[in-house]
Amino acid sequence: MIAMALADGGVADTVLDWITAVCMVGGALMSVAAGIGLLRFPDLFSRMHAATKPQVLGLFLLLLAVALQIRAWAAVPVLLLAWLFQLLTAPVTAHMVGRAAYRTKHLKQEKLVLDDLNEVVSEAQRRLDERR
Amino acid sequence: MTIIIAAWISGIALALGAVMALVRLARGPSILDRTLALDVLLVIIMCGLCLDMAVNRHLNHIVFIVVGCLVAFIGSVTIARYVTDRRTP
Amino acid sequence: MSPHRHHVRPARPSELLTGSRGARARARRRRARFLIELPLTLWMVLVWGALWQDFSPGNLVFGFVISLAVVATFKLPPVELSGRFNVWHGLVFALRFMWQVIKASIHVMIVAVFRGPTVRNAVVGIRMRSHEDLMATALGHVLTLIPGSFVVEVDRTTSTLYLHVLDINDKEQAEAFRQEVRDIEAALIRVMGSREELEALRTEESGGRGSLPSPAPRTEGKP
Repeated sequence: MIAMALADGGVADTVLDWITAVCMVGGALMSVAAGIGLLRFPDLFSRMHAATKPQVLGLFLLLLAVALQIRAWAAVPVLLLAWLFQLLTAPVTAHMVGRAAYRTKHLKQEKLVLDDLNEVVSEAQRRLDERR
Repeated sequence: MTIIIAAWISGIALALGAVMALVRLARGPSILDRTLALDVLLVIIMCGLCLDMAVNRHLNHIVFIVVGCLVAFIGSVTIARYVTDRRTP
Repeated sequence: MSPHRHHVRPARPSELLTGSRGARARARRRRARFLIELPLTLWMVLVWGALWQDFSPGNLVFGFVISLAVVATFKLPPVELSGRFNVWHGLVFALRFMWQVIKASIHVMIVAVFRGPTVRNAVVGIRMRSHEDLMATALGHVLTLIPGSFVVEVDRTTSTLYLHVLDINDKEQAEAFRQEVRDIEAALIRVMGSREELEALRTEESGGRGSLPSPAPRTEGKP
Protein backbone atom coordinates (compact mmCIF):
# COMPACT_ATOMS: atom_id res chain seq x y z
CA MET A 1 0.00 0.00 0.00
CA ILE A 2 2.66 2.45 1.08
CA ALA A 3 4.90 1.28 -1.73
CA MET A 4 2.12 1.96 -4.19
CA ALA A 5 1.52 5.37 -2.73
CA LEU A 6 5.24 6.09 -2.98
CA ALA A 7 5.21 4.90 -6.58
CA ASP A 8 2.36 7.31 -7.25
CA GLY A 9 4.32 9.93 -5.36
CA GLY A 10 1.32 10.39 -3.07
CA VAL A 11 2.84 10.23 0.42
CA ALA A 12 6.22 11.63 -0.64
CA ASP A 13 4.45 14.45 -2.43
CA THR A 14 2.45 15.32 0.66
CA VAL A 15 5.51 15.29 2.92
CA LEU A 16 7.53 17.42 0.50
CA ASP A 17 4.62 19.82 0.13
CA TRP A 18 4.45 20.23 3.90
CA ILE A 19 8.18 20.90 4.13
CA THR A 20 7.85 23.39 1.28
CA ALA A 21 5.01 25.14 3.07
CA VAL A 22 7.06 25.43 6.26
CA CYS A 23 10.02 26.81 4.30
CA MET A 24 7.89 29.37 2.51
CA VAL A 25 6.22 30.67 5.65
CA GLY A 26 9.54 30.69 7.53
CA GLY A 27 11.28 32.58 4.75
CA ALA A 28 8.52 35.14 4.54
CA LEU A 29 8.58 35.60 8.31
CA MET A 30 12.27 36.48 8.03
CA SER A 31 11.30 39.34 5.72
CA VAL A 32 8.82 40.51 8.33
CA ALA A 33 11.63 40.33 10.91
CA ALA A 34 13.80 42.51 8.68
CA GLY A 35 10.95 44.99 8.30
CA ILE A 36 10.29 45.13 12.04
CA GLY A 37 14.00 45.58 12.67
CA LEU A 38 14.20 48.40 10.14
CA LEU A 39 11.31 50.19 11.79
CA ARG A 40 12.02 49.63 15.46
CA PHE A 41 15.78 49.82 15.85
CA PRO A 42 17.02 53.22 17.01
CA ASP A 43 20.08 53.78 14.84
CA LEU A 44 21.51 52.86 11.46
CA PHE A 45 23.93 50.29 12.85
CA SER A 46 21.28 48.20 14.55
CA ARG A 47 19.14 48.38 11.43
CA MET A 48 22.04 47.01 9.44
CA HIS A 49 21.85 43.78 11.45
CA ALA A 50 18.17 43.52 10.63
CA ALA A 51 18.93 44.01 6.95
CA THR A 52 21.58 41.31 6.59
CA LYS A 53 21.03 38.27 8.78
CA PRO A 54 17.33 37.45 8.49
CA GLN A 55 17.40 38.16 4.75
CA VAL A 56 20.11 35.60 4.09
CA LEU A 57 18.13 32.92 5.92
CA GLY A 58 14.86 34.05 4.31
CA LEU A 59 16.19 33.78 0.77
CA PHE A 60 17.75 30.40 1.62
CA LEU A 61 14.43 29.01 2.86
CA LEU A 62 12.55 30.26 -0.19
CA LEU A 63 15.18 28.87 -2.57
CA LEU A 64 14.87 25.57 -0.69
CA ALA A 65 11.13 25.73 -1.27
CA VAL A 66 11.74 26.22 -5.00
CA ALA A 67 14.13 23.25 -5.07
CA LEU A 68 11.60 21.07 -3.25
CA GLN A 69 8.91 21.95 -5.76
CA ILE A 70 11.02 21.69 -8.91
CA ARG A 71 12.57 18.36 -7.83
CA ALA A 72 15.22 18.31 -10.56
CA TRP A 73 18.94 18.03 -9.88
CA ALA A 74 19.72 20.40 -12.75
CA ALA A 75 18.09 23.24 -10.82
CA VAL A 76 20.17 22.78 -7.66
CA PRO A 77 23.47 24.42 -8.80
CA VAL A 78 21.81 27.62 -9.97
CA LEU A 79 19.75 27.93 -6.78
CA LEU A 80 22.90 27.34 -4.75
CA LEU A 81 24.66 29.97 -6.85
CA ALA A 82 21.94 32.54 -6.18
CA TRP A 83 22.28 31.99 -2.44
CA LEU A 84 26.07 31.99 -2.60
CA PHE A 85 26.08 35.35 -4.35
CA GLN A 86 23.86 36.77 -1.63
CA LEU A 87 26.11 35.21 0.99
CA LEU A 88 29.13 36.90 -0.59
CA THR A 89 27.59 40.30 -1.28
CA ALA A 90 25.50 40.94 1.85
CA PRO A 91 28.51 41.24 4.23
CA VAL A 92 30.38 43.52 1.83
CA THR A 93 27.36 45.78 1.53
CA ALA A 94 27.00 45.84 5.31
CA HIS A 95 30.68 46.65 5.72
CA MET A 96 30.72 49.45 3.14
CA VAL A 97 27.54 51.07 4.45
CA GLY A 98 28.70 50.64 8.05
CA ARG A 99 32.11 52.11 7.35
CA ALA A 100 30.61 55.10 5.55
CA ALA A 101 28.19 55.57 8.44
CA TYR A 102 30.93 55.43 11.06
CA ARG A 103 33.08 57.88 9.14
CA THR A 104 30.21 60.31 8.74
CA LYS A 105 29.43 60.05 12.47
CA HIS A 106 26.07 58.34 12.24
CA LEU A 107 26.84 56.28 15.31
CA LYS A 108 25.01 57.28 18.47
CA GLN A 109 27.60 56.90 21.21
CA GLU A 110 25.02 56.80 23.99
CA LYS A 111 23.64 53.54 22.58
CA LEU A 112 27.02 51.86 22.97
CA VAL A 113 28.38 49.88 25.86
CA LEU A 114 31.93 50.14 24.62
CA ASP A 115 33.69 51.50 21.56
CA ASP A 116 37.22 50.29 20.89
CA LEU A 117 37.41 52.03 17.54
CA ASN A 118 36.60 55.43 19.03
CA GLU A 119 39.59 55.12 21.36
CA VAL A 120 41.90 54.39 18.45
CA VAL A 121 40.48 57.19 16.32
CA SER A 122 40.64 59.82 19.04
CA GLU A 123 44.18 58.69 19.94
CA ALA A 124 45.24 59.14 16.31
CA GLN A 125 43.47 62.50 16.19
CA ARG A 126 45.31 63.64 19.32
CA ARG A 127 48.66 62.59 17.86
CA LEU A 128 47.83 64.42 14.64
CA ASP A 129 46.98 67.57 16.59
CA GLU A 130 50.24 67.38 18.54
CA ARG A 131 52.24 67.25 15.33
CA ARG A 132 50.57 70.38 13.99
CA MET B 1 -3.80 22.77 -1.12
CA THR B 2 -1.15 23.09 1.60
CA ILE B 3 1.03 24.98 -0.84
CA ILE B 4 -1.73 27.43 -1.78
CA ILE B 5 -2.53 28.29 1.85
CA ALA B 6 1.17 28.62 2.72
CA ALA B 7 1.68 30.80 -0.35
CA TRP B 8 -1.12 33.14 0.77
CA ILE B 9 0.32 33.40 4.28
CA SER B 10 3.84 34.01 2.97
CA GLY B 11 2.59 36.51 0.41
CA ILE B 12 0.87 38.54 3.09
CA ALA B 13 3.97 38.35 5.29
CA LEU B 14 6.21 39.50 2.43
CA ALA B 15 3.86 42.39 1.70
CA LEU B 16 3.99 43.38 5.37
CA GLY B 17 7.78 43.35 5.29
CA ALA B 18 7.78 45.37 2.06
CA VAL B 19 5.47 48.00 3.58
CA MET B 20 7.74 48.33 6.62
CA ALA B 21 10.78 48.71 4.37
CA LEU B 22 8.89 51.37 2.38
CA VAL B 23 8.09 53.27 5.57
CA ARG B 24 11.77 53.26 6.48
CA LEU B 25 12.58 54.33 2.93
CA ALA B 26 10.25 57.31 3.25
CA ARG B 27 11.25 58.30 6.77
CA GLY B 28 14.97 58.20 6.18
CA PRO B 29 16.59 60.10 8.10
CA SER B 30 19.86 59.68 6.20
CA ILE B 31 20.70 58.44 2.72
CA LEU B 32 22.31 55.32 4.20
CA ASP B 33 19.06 54.37 5.93
CA ARG B 34 17.30 54.64 2.60
CA THR B 35 19.98 52.54 0.91
CA LEU B 36 19.48 49.87 3.53
CA ALA B 37 15.71 49.97 3.11
CA LEU B 38 16.04 49.68 -0.67
CA ASP B 39 18.33 46.70 -0.21
CA VAL B 40 15.80 44.98 2.01
CA LEU B 41 13.02 45.83 -0.44
CA LEU B 42 14.95 44.23 -3.30
CA VAL B 43 15.53 41.06 -1.30
CA ILE B 44 11.82 40.95 -0.46
CA ILE B 45 11.01 41.25 -4.17
CA MET B 46 13.44 38.40 -4.87
CA CYS B 47 11.73 36.35 -2.15
CA GLY B 48 8.40 37.06 -3.84
CA LEU B 49 9.75 35.80 -7.16
CA CYS B 50 11.00 32.66 -5.40
CA LEU B 51 7.50 32.19 -3.99
CA ASP B 52 6.06 32.42 -7.49
CA MET B 53 8.60 29.89 -8.76
CA ALA B 54 7.84 27.48 -5.93
CA VAL B 55 4.07 27.68 -6.34
CA ASN B 56 3.96 27.50 -10.13
CA ARG B 57 6.94 25.15 -10.43
CA HIS B 58 9.12 26.94 -12.95
CA LEU B 59 12.59 28.52 -13.01
CA ASN B 60 11.93 31.58 -15.15
CA HIS B 61 13.00 34.17 -12.58
CA ILE B 62 16.13 32.49 -11.28
CA VAL B 63 18.51 34.59 -13.37
CA PHE B 64 16.89 37.72 -12.01
CA ILE B 65 17.59 36.49 -8.50
CA VAL B 66 21.24 35.79 -9.28
CA VAL B 67 21.69 39.16 -10.97
CA GLY B 68 19.56 40.97 -8.39
CA CYS B 69 22.02 40.11 -5.61
CA LEU B 70 24.87 41.59 -7.63
CA VAL B 71 22.97 44.72 -8.68
CA ALA B 72 21.88 45.42 -5.09
CA PHE B 73 25.49 45.02 -4.05
CA ILE B 74 26.85 47.43 -6.67
CA GLY B 75 24.15 50.00 -5.92
CA SER B 76 24.65 50.01 -2.15
CA VAL B 77 28.44 50.06 -2.38
CA THR B 78 28.36 52.94 -4.86
CA ILE B 79 26.10 55.02 -2.64
CA ALA B 80 28.15 54.19 0.46
CA ARG B 81 31.30 55.16 -1.40
CA TYR B 82 30.10 58.68 -2.12
CA VAL B 83 28.45 59.50 1.18
CA THR B 84 30.19 62.42 2.81
CA ASP B 85 29.71 64.20 6.07
CA ARG B 86 27.95 67.50 5.47
CA ARG B 87 27.20 68.33 9.08
CA THR B 88 30.68 68.94 10.39
CA PRO B 89 33.14 71.25 8.63
CA MET C 1 54.02 37.06 12.41
CA SER C 2 54.34 36.29 8.75
CA PRO C 3 56.09 38.78 6.50
CA HIS C 4 53.95 41.05 4.46
CA ARG C 5 53.18 39.54 1.10
CA HIS C 6 53.12 41.39 -2.16
CA HIS C 7 50.39 40.82 -4.69
CA VAL C 8 52.85 41.02 -7.54
CA ARG C 9 55.98 38.96 -7.25
CA PRO C 10 59.00 41.19 -7.75
CA ALA C 11 60.85 40.41 -10.97
CA ARG C 12 63.89 38.20 -10.66
CA PRO C 13 67.08 39.41 -12.33
CA SER C 14 66.74 36.72 -14.98
CA GLU C 15 63.36 38.05 -15.91
CA LEU C 16 64.71 41.52 -16.46
CA LEU C 17 67.14 40.30 -19.12
CA THR C 18 66.15 40.84 -22.69
CA GLY C 19 66.56 38.37 -25.52
CA SER C 20 65.72 34.68 -25.70
CA ARG C 21 66.26 34.05 -22.01
CA GLY C 22 63.89 36.91 -21.28
CA ALA C 23 61.30 35.46 -23.62
CA ARG C 24 61.57 32.09 -21.93
CA ALA C 25 61.21 33.71 -18.53
CA ARG C 26 58.19 35.60 -19.74
CA ALA C 27 56.63 32.37 -20.97
CA ARG C 28 57.34 30.77 -17.59
CA ARG C 29 55.82 33.73 -15.82
CA ARG C 30 52.74 33.52 -18.00
CA ARG C 31 52.42 29.83 -17.19
CA ALA C 32 52.76 30.56 -13.45
CA ARG C 33 50.09 33.24 -13.72
CA PHE C 34 47.80 30.80 -15.51
CA LEU C 35 48.26 28.27 -12.72
CA ILE C 36 47.51 30.87 -10.07
CA GLU C 37 44.34 31.89 -11.86
CA LEU C 38 43.21 28.35 -12.57
CA PRO C 39 40.91 28.16 -9.50
CA LEU C 40 39.22 31.39 -10.59
CA THR C 41 38.77 30.05 -14.12
CA LEU C 42 37.30 26.78 -12.87
CA TRP C 43 34.92 28.69 -10.62
CA MET C 44 33.76 30.75 -13.59
CA VAL C 45 33.18 27.58 -15.62
CA LEU C 46 31.02 26.24 -12.78
CA VAL C 47 29.04 29.50 -12.68
CA TRP C 48 28.54 29.28 -16.44
CA GLY C 49 27.27 25.71 -16.20
CA ALA C 50 24.99 26.57 -13.30
CA LEU C 51 23.48 29.56 -15.08
CA TRP C 52 22.72 27.51 -18.17
CA GLN C 53 21.60 24.58 -15.95
CA ASP C 54 23.59 22.45 -18.36
CA PHE C 55 26.80 20.64 -17.40
CA SER C 56 27.36 18.88 -20.72
CA PRO C 57 30.99 18.82 -21.93
CA GLY C 58 30.38 21.09 -24.92
CA ASN C 59 28.82 23.80 -22.79
CA LEU C 60 31.61 23.55 -20.20
CA VAL C 61 34.32 23.84 -22.87
CA PHE C 62 32.65 26.93 -24.29
CA GLY C 63 32.42 28.36 -20.77
CA PHE C 64 36.11 27.62 -20.24
CA VAL C 65 37.02 29.54 -23.40
CA ILE C 66 34.91 32.50 -22.27
CA SER C 67 36.41 32.52 -18.78
CA LEU C 68 39.92 32.42 -20.26
CA ALA C 69 39.01 35.46 -22.32
CA VAL C 70 37.58 37.20 -19.23
CA VAL C 71 40.68 36.43 -17.15
CA ALA C 72 42.94 37.69 -19.94
CA THR C 73 40.92 40.87 -20.52
CA PHE C 74 40.07 41.99 -17.00
CA LYS C 75 43.29 41.51 -15.10
CA LEU C 76 43.02 41.35 -11.32
CA PRO C 77 45.64 40.83 -8.65
CA PRO C 78 45.66 37.07 -8.09
CA VAL C 79 44.09 35.77 -4.88
CA GLU C 80 46.64 33.90 -2.84
CA LEU C 81 45.12 30.68 -1.62
CA SER C 82 46.73 29.08 1.38
CA GLY C 83 47.08 25.79 -0.51
CA ARG C 84 45.26 23.89 2.21
CA PHE C 85 41.66 22.86 2.52
CA ASN C 86 40.39 20.30 4.99
CA VAL C 87 37.21 18.80 3.55
CA TRP C 88 36.01 17.21 6.78
CA HIS C 89 36.47 20.36 8.85
CA GLY C 90 34.92 22.32 5.99
CA LEU C 91 31.80 20.18 6.09
CA VAL C 92 31.49 20.46 9.86
CA PHE C 93 32.03 24.19 9.60
CA ALA C 94 29.36 24.53 6.89
CA LEU C 95 26.78 22.67 8.99
CA ARG C 96 27.66 24.69 12.09
CA PHE C 97 27.47 27.83 9.98
CA MET C 98 23.95 27.03 8.78
CA TRP C 99 22.78 26.33 12.31
CA GLN C 100 24.33 29.56 13.56
CA VAL C 101 22.75 31.57 10.72
CA ILE C 102 19.34 30.28 11.80
CA LYS C 103 20.13 31.13 15.42
CA ALA C 104 21.42 34.60 14.56
CA SER C 105 18.38 35.41 12.41
CA ILE C 106 15.97 34.36 15.14
CA HIS C 107 18.03 36.33 17.66
CA VAL C 108 17.78 39.48 15.54
CA MET C 109 14.05 38.89 15.17
CA ILE C 110 13.54 38.52 18.91
CA VAL C 111 15.63 41.59 19.66
CA ALA C 112 13.74 43.59 17.03
CA VAL C 113 10.34 42.60 18.39
CA PHE C 114 10.96 42.72 22.13
CA ARG C 115 13.82 45.17 22.70
CA GLY C 116 13.41 47.45 19.72
CA PRO C 117 14.43 51.04 20.49
CA THR C 118 16.08 50.21 23.81
CA VAL C 119 18.71 47.87 22.37
CA ARG C 120 22.31 48.41 23.50
CA ASN C 121 25.27 47.75 21.23
CA ALA C 122 29.05 47.78 21.27
CA VAL C 123 31.93 48.30 18.87
CA VAL C 124 34.48 45.63 19.73
CA GLY C 125 38.03 45.49 18.39
CA ILE C 126 39.45 42.03 17.87
CA ARG C 127 43.05 41.21 16.98
CA MET C 128 43.15 38.37 14.49
CA ARG C 129 45.73 35.59 14.62
CA SER C 130 46.20 35.59 10.87
CA HIS C 131 47.66 38.35 8.74
CA GLU C 132 46.49 36.98 5.39
CA ASP C 133 44.08 39.15 3.45
CA LEU C 134 42.04 36.17 2.31
CA MET C 135 41.64 34.94 5.87
CA ALA C 136 40.61 38.39 7.07
CA THR C 137 38.02 38.58 4.29
CA ALA C 138 36.61 35.14 5.02
CA LEU C 139 36.47 35.84 8.74
CA GLY C 140 34.78 39.19 8.13
CA HIS C 141 32.13 37.52 5.98
CA VAL C 142 31.46 34.76 8.47
CA LEU C 143 31.31 37.19 11.38
CA THR C 144 28.82 39.40 9.55
CA LEU C 145 26.47 36.46 9.10
CA ILE C 146 26.89 34.49 12.32
CA PRO C 147 27.08 36.00 15.79
CA GLY C 148 25.10 39.22 15.54
CA SER C 149 27.89 41.48 14.37
CA PHE C 150 29.27 43.18 11.28
CA VAL C 151 32.61 44.65 10.36
CA VAL C 152 32.83 48.43 10.71
CA GLU C 153 36.53 48.90 10.05
CA VAL C 154 39.59 46.82 9.30
CA ASP C 155 43.06 47.83 10.39
CA ARG C 156 45.41 45.91 8.15
CA THR C 157 48.62 47.10 9.83
CA THR C 158 47.69 45.38 13.09
CA SER C 159 45.14 43.04 11.45
CA THR C 160 42.42 44.13 13.80
CA LEU C 161 38.72 43.86 13.02
CA TYR C 162 36.34 46.39 14.54
CA LEU C 163 32.93 44.79 14.82
CA HIS C 164 29.61 46.34 15.66
CA VAL C 165 27.74 43.88 17.87
CA LEU C 166 24.02 43.89 18.47
CA ASP C 167 22.51 43.38 21.93
CA ILE C 168 25.55 43.75 24.17
CA ASN C 169 24.59 45.02 27.60
CA ASP C 170 27.83 44.96 29.61
CA LYS C 171 31.57 44.32 29.40
CA GLU C 172 31.20 40.63 30.28
CA GLN C 173 29.04 40.03 27.24
CA ALA C 174 31.60 41.85 25.09
CA GLU C 175 34.31 39.58 26.49
CA ALA C 176 32.18 36.49 25.79
CA PHE C 177 31.67 37.75 22.26
CA ARG C 178 35.46 38.12 21.85
CA GLN C 179 35.93 34.52 22.91
CA GLU C 180 33.27 33.41 20.44
CA VAL C 181 35.05 35.21 17.62
CA ARG C 182 38.34 33.57 18.59
CA ASP C 183 36.65 30.17 18.42
CA ILE C 184 35.17 30.90 14.99
CA GLU C 185 38.57 32.03 13.76
CA ALA C 186 40.16 28.84 15.08
CA ALA C 187 37.54 26.77 13.24
CA LEU C 188 38.20 28.72 10.06
CA ILE C 189 41.95 28.21 10.37
CA ARG C 190 41.35 24.48 10.72
CA VAL C 191 39.38 24.57 7.48
CA MET C 192 41.52 26.75 5.23
CA GLY C 193 44.36 28.37 7.14
CA SER C 194 47.95 27.99 6.02
CA ARG C 195 50.23 25.42 7.66
CA GLU C 196 51.98 28.04 9.78
CA GLU C 197 48.70 29.31 11.16
CA LEU C 198 47.62 25.76 11.96
CA GLU C 199 50.90 25.11 13.78
CA ALA C 200 50.50 28.32 15.77
CA LEU C 201 46.95 27.33 16.67
CA ARG C 202 48.05 23.87 17.83
CA THR C 203 50.83 25.21 20.06
CA GLU C 204 48.43 27.80 21.44
CA GLU C 205 45.90 25.11 22.32
CA SER C 206 48.42 22.72 23.84
CA GLY C 207 49.84 25.63 25.84
CA GLY C 208 46.43 26.17 27.37
CA ARG C 209 44.30 29.25 27.27
CA GLY C 210 45.69 30.69 30.47
CA SER C 211 49.04 31.52 28.89
CA LEU C 212 47.41 33.50 26.10
CA PRO C 213 48.03 37.20 25.95
CA SER C 214 44.85 39.21 26.28
CA PRO C 215 43.15 39.37 22.89
CA ALA C 216 41.97 42.91 23.57
CA PRO C 217 43.62 45.26 21.09
CA ARG C 218 45.36 48.33 22.41
CA THR C 219 46.42 51.29 20.43
CA GLU C 220 49.79 50.85 18.89
CA GLY C 221 48.97 50.90 15.19
CA LYS C 222 47.92 53.84 13.10
CA PRO C 223 44.30 53.58 12.02
